[in-house]
Amino acid sequence: MISRRIVTRNPALTLGCLLLAALVSVALAAPWLYPDDPRDMVAPALLVVGADLNFPLGTDALGRDVAAGIAYGARTSLLLGALAAGCATAIGMLLGLVAGYARGWVDGLLMRLCELFQTIPHFLLALFVVAILGATLRNIVLAITLTSWPSVARLVRSQTLMLRELDFVRIAPAMNVGRLRVILTHLVPNVLPTVVTNASILAAVAILGESGLSFLGLGDPRLVSWGGMLGEGRDMIRTIPSLTLLPGAAIVLTVLGLNLLGDGLNQALDPRRRS
Amino acid sequence: MNAPLDATALPTASVRTELALATLEESAASSDRPMRRRVMWFLVRRITQAIPILIMVGVINFTLLNLAPGDFAQVLVGNAGGASADYLDQLRQSFGLDQPLWIRLVNYLARLARFDLGYSYSAHASVLALIGQRVTATLLLTGSALAMAVVLGVCGGFLSSLRPGGGLDRLLSAVAVIIYATPSFLLGLALIILFSVKLRWLPAGGLFDAIPPTTWSGALASLLAHLLLPAVTLALFFASIYLRVTRTAMLEVRGLDYVRTARAAGLPPLRVARRYVLRNALLPVVTIIGLQAGTLLGGAILVEVVFAWPGLGRLAFEAVFQRDYNLLSGVVLCGAVAVLAVNILVDLLYSWLDPRIDLQ
Repeated sequence: MISRRIVTRNPALTLGCLLLAALVSVALAAPWLYPDDPRDMVAPALLVVGADLNFPLGTDALGRDVAAGIAYGARTSLLLGALAAGCATAIGMLLGLVAGYARGWVDGLLMRLCELFQTIPHFLLALFVVAILGATLRNIVLAITLTSWPSVARLVRSQTLMLRELDFVRIAPAMNVGRLRVILTHLVPNVLPTVVTNASILAAVAILGESGLSFLGLGDPRLVSWGGMLGEGRDMIRTIPSLTLLPGAAIVLTVLGLNLLGDGLNQALDPRRRS
Repeated sequence: MNAPLDATALPTASVRTELALATLEESAASSDRPMRRRVMWFLVRRITQAIPILIMVGVINFTLLNLAPGDFAQVLVGNAGGASADYLDQLRQSFGLDQPLWIRLVNYLARLARFDLGYSYSAHASVLALIGQRVTATLLLTGSALAMAVVLGVCGGFLSSLRPGGGLDRLLSAVAVIIYATPSFLLGLALIILFSVKLRWLPAGGLFDAIPPTTWSGALASLLAHLLLPAVTLALFFASIYLRVTRTAMLEVRGLDYVRTARAAGLPPLRVARRYVLRNALLPVVTIIGLQAGTLLGGAILVEVVFAWPGLGRLAFEAVFQRDYNLLSGVVLCGAVAVLAVNILVDLLYSWLDPRIDLQ
C-alpha cells in the first residue's frame, strides 16, 4: 500500500523512476540487441522510419541503423551523466564541507573560487576546455565537472553552516570527537539526502551539456552520442526530420526523467510536503 | 545583499512624515543628487571588485592556451608550410615564447589590461575588432530573448498561482517541465521544421534576407522576422524557469500578513494578486536573471549556430573549428565581462525595486 501512496502522492518521482528504468534497460540491452558496432554501415542510406522492418527507425546518411545508435547513445549519456554528476558531487561536497565547517579564510577562498567559475559562462568554458584538450569522454567529463562543482559546494556549504550551529555538532569537540570524525559521522549523513537529490539534476545538466558539445561536433568520436546524431541529421532536416527528432526525443525523455526524479526526491525528503 | 531588516533602523512614523515633508520642500533636482552619488560609488566599488575576478579569468585562459598542443610559433610555421628548427627558435624568441612561464603570464595579463586580446590568425584581424563586429547581434538576441522570457514566465507563473493545483496550473507546469528538458538546439530545429519548412512563414537563419532590403523599414522588418525564431528558442527555456520561480514566489507572498489585510479590506482578488503579490514576487525573478546571465550567453552559442546568427556564439564555434584558440579565449573573457556587467545591473535594479535594500 505504501507503493500506491507514492504513486498518487508523488507522480514526479514515479514518472521519473519509470523513465529512468526504461533508459537503463535500453542501455543494458544495447550490446545484446545490436551486437555489432552501431557505427557500422549496415543498410542503404537514408531509409525512412518503417520502410524496412529490420531497421524500424530507419538509417542515416551513411547507412547506420538509427535504432542501434539510439540504444548505444543511452549508454553514452548514462555513463557521462553518472561520471560528471559523481565527480562534481564528490569535489563540491568535500570543498563545501571543509569551507562550511572551517569558515574563516578557507571559506572566503572557496567562495571567491565559486564566484570565479560562476562568472565564466559554463557552456563557453566547457567548449574551450574540450576544444583545447581534445574531444574524449574523459575531457568532456572534466569540462562539465569543472563547471558544475561550484553549485554543489555552495549547497553543501550552506547546509554545513546551518548544521554546525546545532547542539549535536557543537557538543562533539567537548566529547573529544576529532574534526574529521565530526565531518564524517555528523555532517556527511545529514547533507547526503540533499546532495543525492541534487546529483540527479546535475546528471540532467551534464547530459544536456554533452549533447550540446557533440551537436557542435565536439563529442567523443569513439562513442555514439544523441547530440552527435542530431547534429549529423540536421543537414537532412528538410527531407528526413526523423533523423533529428528521434535522438532529440531520447535526450528530452532522459533529461525529463532525471529532472522529475530530482523533483520527486526533493518532495519526498521535504518534511513540510510529506504529510 | 539581502540584509535582514533592522527594525531599529527604520524611522518612526512621525520622523518619516517629517522626512517626506522635507523632501517635498526641496526641489526634485537637488534631492536626487545623493542618490546619484550613491549609485556612482556603488558602480566604482563593484567595478573594482570585478578586476581580481577578471585577472583570474585571464589566468585560466592563459593556462588553457598553454595546454593546447603546439605553441604559437609552430602554428605560424605550420600555416606557412614548414620551416627549419633554427627559424622556429628565432620565431619563439621574437614572440617571447622562450621566456619562463610566469613572465609570459605577466605579459599576457598586461596585454589584457591594455585591452589587447591578441590577433586572430584565422580571420586576419584583431580579436577585439572581431568581437566588436559580433557583439551587437548577440546583445540583440539575448536581450530580446530575456525580455520575452520574463514576460512569458511571469505571466505564466501569475496565471498558474491564481488557482494552484487547478487545470491551468497543471497544464502550464507540464509544458514548463518539458521545455526545461528540451535542448535549445532541438527546440530551434523543431521551430525551423514547423515555421520555415512546413508553413514557410519565417526565415530559417541569418540576420537579413539574401537580397538586402533598400528601405529602413524593410531592413527592420527583415531583421525582426529573422530575430523572432532564435529569440523564441532561447527565451522558452528561461521562461520555463521564470514561470516556476514566479509561481513559487507568488504562493509564498500570498500568505503574508499585508496580503491578508488587503484581502480582508475587501479589495478585489485579482487586484490583490497584481498589486500586492506580483510586485513582491518579481524580486526572486530578478535574482535568477543575474544568476543565469552566463547560462543565457552559453545558450546563445547553440542557438546562434542553429540559426546562423552572426553573433559571439557563432564566432566561438568558428574559432573552435579553425583551432583559433586566441580568438576563443577572447570570447570567453568577453563572456565573463558581460556576466559581471549584468550582475551589477541586476543589483542596481534590485535596490530600485526594493528600497529596503541599500546599495552597500
